[in-house]
Amino acid sequence: MSQEFNTNLGTLFAVNLDGPSRLHRRSATQPDQSAPFSDRIDRFDLGLGMGELAAEKHAKYILTVEKKKDDIESVLMEHLRINGAYWGLTTLDILGKLAAVDQETVISWVMSCQHESGGFGGNEGHDPHLLYTLSAIQILALFNKIDTLDIEKVSNYISTLQNEDGSFSGDKWGEIDTRFSYVAICSLALLKQLDKINVENAVKYIVSCKNLDGGFGCTPGAESHAGQIFCCIGALAITGCLHYVDKDLLGWWLCERQVKSGGLNGRPEKLPDVCYSWWVLSSLIIIDRVHWIDKEKLVKFILDCQDKENGGISDRPDDAVDVFHTYFGVAGLSLLEYPGLKAIDPAYALPVDVINRIFLH
Amino acid sequence: MDSDEDERQLLPLSQRPEWSDVTPVPQNDGPNPVVPIAYSEEFAEIMGYFRAVYLADERSLRAFHLTAEAVNFNAGNYTVWQFRRLILEALNADLHEELGFVEQLASKNSKNYQLWHHRRWLAEKMGTEAAVGELEFTKKIFLNDAKNYHAWSHRQWVLQNLGGWEDELAYCNELLEDDIFNNSAWNQRYFVITSHPGLGGIEATVDSEVNYTIKSILIRPENESPWRYLRGLYNNNMQSFVTNPKISTLCLNVLTSKVNPVFALSLLLDLISNGLKPNQDLKNAIEAVIPESNSQDSDISVTICAVLEIIDQMRVNYWRWRKNNIHSQVAEGVANLHIH
Repeated sequence: MSQEFNTNLGTLFAVNLDGPSRLHRRSATQPDQSAPFSDRIDRFDLGLGMGELAAEKHAKYILTVEKKKDDIESVLMEHLRINGAYWGLTTLDILGKLAAVDQETVISWVMSCQHESGGFGGNEGHDPHLLYTLSAIQILALFNKIDTLDIEKVSNYISTLQNEDGSFSGDKWGEIDTRFSYVAICSLALLKQLDKINVENAVKYIVSCKNLDGGFGCTPGAESHAGQIFCCIGALAITGCLHYVDKDLLGWWLCERQVKSGGLNGRPEKLPDVCYSWWVLSSLIIIDRVHWIDKEKLVKFILDCQDKENGGISDRPDDAVDVFHTYFGVAGLSLLEYPGLKAIDPAYALPVDVINRIFLH
Repeated sequence: MDSDEDERQLLPLSQRPEWSDVTPVPQNDGPNPVVPIAYSEEFAEIMGYFRAVYLADERSLRAFHLTAEAVNFNAGNYTVWQFRRLILEALNADLHEELGFVEQLASKNSKNYQLWHHRRWLAEKMGTEAAVGELEFTKKIFLNDAKNYHAWSHRQWVLQNLGGWEDELAYCNELLEDDIFNNSAWNQRYFVITSHPGLGGIEATVDSEVNYTIKSILIRPENESPWRYLRGLYNNNMQSFVTNPKISTLCLNVLTSKVNPVFALSLLLDLISNGLKPNQDLKNAIEAVIPESNSQDSDISVTICAVLEIIDQMRVNYWRWRKNNIHSQVAEGVANLHIH
């Protein structure tokens, strides 16, 4: 089930940039960021009888999950707690509620996840891995505390994981996957240390994973999959290499992911899932083809996946909620310019103001 | 494992005599730490003892058994898997048995990255003798979920690194007979015809593959995968694609069958953009899809786009874009046609 893919993928949010320093492009209908949060929600009315985003409930849900770590799902997720923290904190920031979290405690816990190699584990006492290293960097970015890091140390850890053919291993155990290409590139870009790796080879490897349908898989020859596509497109965007992408061909493959319910699946003939609403959507935005899907229907699908009583969003309507899908649902709505939400960058998967803060100063 | 050991496994670790020298290490779970309650107490205890041996770097048999208990509880804990590998190496353990351990976990954890990576690590260590077993293992997974992405990734790795190509195309046929919509199987087909060292590459198989694909399309024309596969077969050779009469005949057959015509129309659009001149039968079939939509435009491409905008409304903007780009696409396509 895509859940497994996602929990290990971590939160990889891409930015629609051809290179790190370009401003995020938004349409003229930018939501009014100055209005009070609750006012914006009340004023929202698409006039189509659509559901509302239960923003307050979702924020409460995230904060509760953060506090209540004694239920079995939480216990089973302890090895990737730092991914969970990233999903939760970014969601809160998009909802304008990041201040509800104790920044100091979070940051000191994040730093306790760092290994002597420079990489971060999923929680304190866990082995380092690229996936958790990115989450750590992203969390620090949210709080404008990247300078807490020994940047040299973290960058070195990441760069040692690049292989001869340009691919990246997730950790010293050697698993190779284009997810790790994305994670490495995104991490180093946020740290402004992309020159620590061989970018040309990294790009070459990603391009070697391109399939004839225009999509990308985890390794050369592997089936095109929306999650992997997100990773490859995000990495190519960050390195300024989108010219390797056949945007029309890929755009068509991506827009074919939209099924009757309005949701998006990850591959042909699979079920829709809110998380694909992020991966397909962010990819489409990066390649400038998002108008090829029916945005309103997708908004409705995501809103239908909410638990409006208890907060949280699930993979599809009426399933159990979790932080992972709550994040992707809210982030997807932000990309769809749902009112009252902070803009999120589709390549870096962080709020636009966070990215601007990093690259424009 | 003997029954005495089984008995001991059921006792809490704190009561097992062979663990009496170890003090468990609790998880520091950051702000608002875990308060273990009933159903997670057993798990918390196992993890406490695991942390103790992990921190002491104790690569012993008892630690090895403990990692099994830990992953049985939570197969996602990558740190436990990694420590288990260190112990396997330190103890020079029998890797065949370990394959069995993974297999036993696989049915409930078939989409777990750590499990698959562990399997890969084992297979890599065992080399070509593992080929047959790994192909069998992935087949078992496919019996329950023929689209399991991890299993397909593993299978591709096995074929490329350990061999076993001989029956792969036949296996794809089997899977497609079970479910003609299986996109993973279609992808694997392409993988085989391009990478199988004994098949002669795509040039040698393209004709038989085209025939196979056309048959598959006619069974379920609404199936996205074979249409993409067909395009893939011709990717570098648009001219053969356009001039092969079987392709336009296929589109005609699908249109006249009245089943979902979206992919047929979409393909026709691409063919025409690349120089195909549709005959009258084809034009009639196109116009018959939605008679009311017939444009006055003599350009049949415009009609195709108009129809697609109606029957595939979700992607109306895509079809509008195609319509707006027809003339530039056709000019480019025709120019390419004449060069060859």
